[in-house]
Amino acid sequence: MIRFEGVTKRYADASGTESGDGSVAVDDLTLEAPTGKITVLVGPSGCGKTTTLRMVNRMITPTSGTISIDGRDTASLDVAELRRGIGYVIQHAGLFPHRTVLDNVTTVPRLLGTDKRTARSRAMELIERVGLDPAMARRYPAQLSGGQQQRVGVARALAADPPVMLMDEPFSAVDPVVREQLQNEFLRLQSDLGKTILFVTHDIDEAVKLGDQVAVLRVGGVLAQLDSPATLLADPVDDFVAGFVGRDRGYRALSFAAAPELSLADEPTVSLGASADDVRAVGTPWVLCVGDAGEPLGWVRAAAVESEVTRTVLHRGGTVASTTGSLRALLDAALSSPSGRGVVADADGRLVGTIRAAEVIPAIEARRDAAASPTSAEEATAR
Amino acid sequence: MTWALDHIGDIMFRAGQHAWLAGLPLVLGLVIALPLGWLAARRPRLRALLLTTTGLLYTIPSLALFILLPPLLGTKILDPVNVIVAMTVYTVALLTRTVADGLFSVDGSTQQAAIAMGYGSFARFRAVDLPLAVPVIAAGLRVAAVSNVSIVSVSSLIGISQLGYFLTDGYARSFPTEVWVGIVACLLLALVFDLVIQVVSRVLTPWTRTVAA
Repeated sequence: MIRFEGVTKRYADASGTESGDGSVAVDDLTLEAPTGKITVLVGPSGCGKTTTLRMVNRMITPTSGTISIDGRDTASLDVAELRRGIGYVIQHAGLFPHRTVLDNVTTVPRLLGTDKRTARSRAMELIERVGLDPAMARRYPAQLSGGQQQRVGVARALAADPPVMLMDEPFSAVDPVVREQLQNEFLRLQSDLGKTILFVTHDIDEAVKLGDQVAVLRVGGVLAQLDSPATLLADPVDDFVAGFVGRDRGYRALSFAAAPELSLADEPTVSLGASADDVRAVGTPWVLCVGDAGEPLGWVRAAAVESEVTRTVLHRGGTVASTTGSLRALLDAALSSPSGRGVVADADGRLVGTIRAAEVIPAIEARRDAAASPTSAEEATAR
Repeated sequence: MTWALDHIGDIMFRAGQHAWLAGLPLVLGLVIALPLGWLAARRPRLRALLLTTTGLLYTIPSLALFILLPPLLGTKILDPVNVIVAMTVYTVALLTRTVADGLFSVDGSTQQAAIAMGYGSFARFRAVDLPLAVPVIAAGLRVAAVSNVSIVSVSSLIGISQLGYFLTDGYARSFPTEVWVGIVACLLLALVFDLVIQVVSRVLTPWTRTVAA
């Protein structure tokens, strides 16, 4: 657990003293980042989120207040020892350009005195674990793409198996597709590792996606709200938080509501290679095509099939919801389906049935009513 | 050409002396410039003072330095140590700024990462900043090497033996061939220094020759 108690960082004013009217970056922050959870600090530029992060490993010294990790005041620890015990990932990865990927990853274990062989074999494991080809280990950072460099950055931070990780906008400098991949893999990795993570971002969507709890900071380093992502979206504490959290809150909040068990309609299906007659025999304008393992592949417009169903005639616009997914995914599957029937698959990806938007809405309303009644304050969360 | 071949032994001997008088100060100067450059890069208040002072050293005329040093060092005027010390002063003058520039050239996020990983000040200099500054420092070293080879030849005016002897002797005897031999030999020596520095720099910086993804 990382605990901030009345932490203030004031930067020197013109007279060079920190006690005067210098600009305040972080103002009397009290906050707890619980063990094994991801706490996201989010806010606009100048809200002091990076300053807050850097005070944990003493890259920046607080003007007042204390920061403790698992009950130990960080100010009382040897600074090098403190830093070697904290994984640190930054925006452009900050890899050492003169060292191979492997030697980058072994940096902290080597500083801690682990022998080269042990450090290297552990590094190879980590390189694979963060989704890199082991052949990359011998390359230099300049030979990697931005996304690959960022993976190396994560592997390097994990190398000494630190209980605490600080991450400063680690996924901001890569393109959106790669960012989403990195985020998903990061969540998977974290579900295995259970590190205590403090994560800084300016992107509220990323905050809501990754955080177990999200701290919204306003300019001047004041904590505006600290809550679970679901609560943050459902109940912003003031206009600033509401504005920062953004539009579509109602819809986005459904991400945190587990899909209830709804009765799904059976959907007639065809396979790849089915003839035009087979497709038209189903009798609906859009027919669902499934693969050999029963996995939904896409919708086919019956009128558009000339001889047989091929991959090129499949409509790819519809999303597939999972029975173990969220209400948002369920609604989105229905809304994005060209037939109006949302495709639902089980955890293994096999087709279970379809559902219409009009059938999802009552489930959403029922959930709201349940949350409003004091007897079932229990909150359905997707994770 | 015949003259050069007839005197090849003498030329090689003096070239060896020349290489020693120019090369040793290059190493000594680098060793002194590294901590000075590091200070200049790390301490903003010392920076201007260090860079201006060392820079000014280069403006002292070499002949004056060769003559001023013996009473300061307690050496005889013909002692080659005077030349070694003088050339070291010039090398420091050229390299202090280069080392500081080289250390400044290290990417900010790389430095932040090194600090955050728990490198101490000296360990970070040795393991991260210095290796990354090698290309810039090597460039400065090449300039200093050529400058040293050229300035050392002046010391023949006070009777120190090296390739500069052919310039003064050839001039005194109005024998242009000998002067040309001295010039060409100096040029070749400077080229050898340049090559050695480039090779060492290449060996130390394998990462600079990788193809970007």
